[in-house]
Amino acid sequence: MCESCGCNLTHGNEHLVAADGHLARTSSGTESIEVLKGLLDANDHQARHNREHFNQHRVFAVNLMSSPGAGKTSLLEATIDALAGDLNMAVIEGDLETENDAMRIRDKGIAAIQISTGSACHLDAHMVHSALHELTLDELDVLFIENVGNLVCPASFDLGQHRNVTLLSSPEGDDKPAKYPVMFRAADLLLITKSDLMEVLGDFDPERAGAYLRRLANPAPVLVLSARSGFGMQAWLDWIREEINLHRRRLPQEKTDRHIGSRTV
Amino acid sequence: MKYWQPMHELAICQALIAQVAAVARSEHASSVTDVYVSVGPLSGVECPLVRSAFPFAAAGTVAGEATLHLRQTPVRVSCEDCGAETEVAANRLICGRCSNWRTQLISGDELLLQRVVMRSGRPRRNNDV
Repeated sequence: MCESCGCNLTHGNEHLVAADGHLARTSSGTESIEVLKGLLDANDHQARHNREHFNQHRVFAVNLMSSPGAGKTSLLEATIDALAGDLNMAVIEGDLETENDAMRIRDKGIAAIQISTGSACHLDAHMVHSALHELTLDELDVLFIENVGNLVCPASFDLGQHRNVTLLSSPEGDDKPAKYPVMFRAADLLLITKSDLMEVLGDFDPERAGAYLRRLANPAPVLVLSARSGFGMQAWLDWIREEINLHRRRLPQEKTDRHIGSRTV
Repeated sequence: MKYWQPMHELAICQALIAQVAAVARSEHASSVTDVYVSVGPLSGVECPLVRSAFPFAAAGTVAGEATLHLRQTPVRVSCEDCGAETEVAANRLICGRCSNWRTQLISGDELLLQRVVMRSGRPRRNNDV
């Protein structure tokens, strides 16, 4: 998105623009300026830079989002166990405080950079860019960015990732996509985690979660798994491998941007 | 690595103020009186929180006395099947006519600085309109 060309506009929202021109002088002697600039332009600009950086190094970047405790770090640990020796991986961890998650990843022999956001409820593209300076991207196949556990704010900030993976753990309830549409609309893959608890809880229906996702006009695949028992892990690992291959095929065509609604991010 | 940043509506207000200040500078304005922003329900930003965060971000800037006008845009989708354009709820983006879920969002995720009204600090030239 740029400052003034109006590429934020679609035929759906162009009526928002008043027809009285770029600069108008009002009766009280003030000047009125049409701006039409996305408030997240600075972040989106940095995110595009991050994405170019990933592309130059042929790295596939995945943004993992969920509420706190949905099992993002456990999923990463199980993923690293399954793919180590096959793929070169690194992790950026976002949390308000502590290095705990980065330490869990480093225990697996994988590079992990912890971003402590203090009171911020999300990662933004500038934070990720700073973390990239501490990582060697050469020879990496995939970079996982574990966002701050939060179903609200992280969805609004592009980090430069190629794909969003949103986790929904079975204890949270199957109607979360209806309650948090901004987050679940942004998902390129929905992972229903902690499937081993479904039997105990008895009230989570993966099909209902999938139906709520479709109501957001989101065609993303839905996978059910348990990082602890290993159930369903193979489909997730296959998705990663397939997406890395697709990403590498797209690289020469420079078609790695993401399109969500009327925004290109 | 450590960051100290406030909740995201305040972060967004700070980005807004940076843009408003840049416009005011380029137009040689002495002060900003009004700021117009369009917010779609799918932008992930809550209007009441933006409203309460704005004075904190604006304090001490050229927009310190400015009034914030928020305009909530409707959520509209275009159906890939029947072609209808309908206004829908933020968590139900299916076609309002045929109920198909394969739709494209055409408005409702905007977060746009739309207009800035300011007092000119520049002496008026003869050829100014």
